[in-house]
Amino acid sequence: MAPQISDQTDNRLWSLREVSFSYGTTPVLRDVSLDLHRGCCYGILGPNGSGKTTLLDLLSGLLLPQSGRIEFNGRALQAWPKKQLAQMLALVPQDFMVRFGFSVREVVEMGLHPRLHRFAGLSEHDQALIEEALAVTGIENMADRPVTRLSGGEKQRVAVARALAQQPEVLLLDEATSNLDIHHSLEILHLIRQRFEQQGMQVIAVMHDLNLASFFCDRLIFLKQGRIVSQGPTDAVLTPETIAKVYGVEAEITANTFTNCRQVSFRLPIINP
Amino acid sequence: MKGRSATSIFLLLTAVLAAGIALAATLGFLHVAIPDVVSILFAKLSGLSLPAGIDPIAVTVVADVRLPRILAAVLVGGMLGVSGTVFQAILLNPLADSYTLGISTGAAFGASLVIVLQIFGLALPPAISVPIFAFGGGVGTLAVVLYLASGDRRLSSTNLILAGVIVAAILSAAIGFLKFLADEQVGIIIFWLMGSLSGASWANILLLIPAALLGTLVAIFYSRDLNIMATGDRAATSLGIHTVRLRTILLVTSTLMTALAVAVSGIIGFVGLIVPHMLRHLTGPDNRRLIPLSFFAGGLLLLIADTITRAVLPVEVPIGVLTALLGGPFFCVLFKRRQQNGTADF
Repeated sequence: MAPQISDQTDNRLWSLREVSFSYGTTPVLRDVSLDLHRGCCYGILGPNGSGKTTLLDLLSGLLLPQSGRIEFNGRALQAWPKKQLAQMLALVPQDFMVRFGFSVREVVEMGLHPRLHRFAGLSEHDQALIEEALAVTGIENMADRPVTRLSGGEKQRVAVARALAQQPEVLLLDEATSNLDIHHSLEILHLIRQRFEQQGMQVIAVMHDLNLASFFCDRLIFLKQGRIVSQGPTDAVLTPETIAKVYGVEAEITANTFTNCRQVSFRLPIINP
Repeated sequence: MKGRSATSIFLLLTAVLAAGIALAATLGFLHVAIPDVVSILFAKLSGLSLPAGIDPIAVTVVADVRLPRILAAVLVGGMLGVSGTVFQAILLNPLADSYTLGISTGAAFGASLVIVLQIFGLALPPAISVPIFAFGGGVGTLAVVLYLASGDRRLSSTNLILAGVIVAAILSAAIGFLKFLADEQVGIIIFWLMGSLSGASWANILLLIPAALLGTLVAIFYSRDLNIMATGDRAATSLGIHTVRLRTILLVTSTLMTALAVAVSGIIGFVGLIVPHMLRHLTGPDNRRLIPLSFFAGGLLLLIADTITRAVLPVEVPIGVLTALLGGPFFCVLFKRRQQNGTADF
């Protein structure tokens, strides 16, 4: 057996060592080594097709790497029973869609599945969890409507509510707010950030919007063509050099006093890496 | 689901079904009164002797002719209803049924094949060989479809439907060829393909009861997982569901139920399609309610259809034709109404 990379005493959530993944013959991630610690909100960024979502799927155990080793909480990821992982990790996918007209409350209730015994009914505590998740995401007024008849943004809030009802140790966001307007994006990111700060729910977020990432994440990981180009504290790695290298775009980064964090502006022409 | 109300609904439906069975047993060429039916049933089940004053012919008609057929209608209908609900939930498609994956077509092919072999002089006992070939055809088709769809190791519903449609098309052509080969005796195949419960025996019932019970219980066991599958594979996996394993288990279960039903009754369409639709319209899409209810609804539906063709109509119409002729227009009305209500989201 390979030697343990981490032990349970340190605050590492994930350790990845030389992880590679490909779909068929197309490599998506190459030799990624990465440690993700407790106590930081992580943002995973990069251009389209850089392997962000694949990295997230590897972290959640949905995909298995062809080579390399992934440990979660001091134990090989594939050694965790699926149900136990589901009690610790919750995913908000990018386009949450539901077939058949389940009501919003029914969908949020599904978040309790990993913790509930197969034929168990809902306890008062479970009911309270559902109502709270509905309330904080602002969808309690549509709780009895079929989820198939909600708008894209409303559906996305249902997905977040379901993930919160799951009471995970770590929340994985896959461009969870990309399809939302700025009001609802900020509302949801703020809510998640609060859970992180007040209840210690860890967050790993694949994001597209650099400014929202700067506002939301403590540490950023930049991917390009399946490799990590840059990673570190947001203030240290969010630089014009990184943006040019990763996206091939000229950018200016200013410390914005209005938002109280670093903000990025772009200009033409596009430079190519 | 509230435990107490679920139990009372279950008891109510069982009572309705039992009343339906008793009522159906009174109908037919020879009228037998309900109290007589009940005492005949009681006597049969308890093994006690019959009370005096009941016509012995009525006893034979009810116990040996009508009851096996009536029970077969209930069990076959129930199994078709449950498997239809499961097929629709797994394939994430409200139009799916046992035809979508070619299961029923495969069973029809198996039966047609053995009928043609008999026409060509192969000495097989028809009473046993047709059901066995039909069952084998259905199960074999699932094996082929699973093999074809498993290329990406995720067994996605799109892959399954595509594989099923292709296999069903090939099998339909093969059935056409078998009918051509049967030449003047094609009527035997056509009669079987249109379905009939007239040949049901007590031996069939002893086979159907455990299959229906087991199949429905397996489906109920996984009903919460099945609900979550409606939110997509990725989301379901993140909630701890083994999507490939679940799909395989439930496809095998519902295929076994369908194949067995077809083996006993021939092809009976529309029950597996319409029962889940109707129920989803009434109670919502929660499979924990839908699956047990579709057993009762499917059973009752086929019991009514079979009683109509057996006892009400002057000539016995093949039951597969009757379910399609009654179910089709009903489906159209439901479909149209839901569009008008703006609730056509299934």
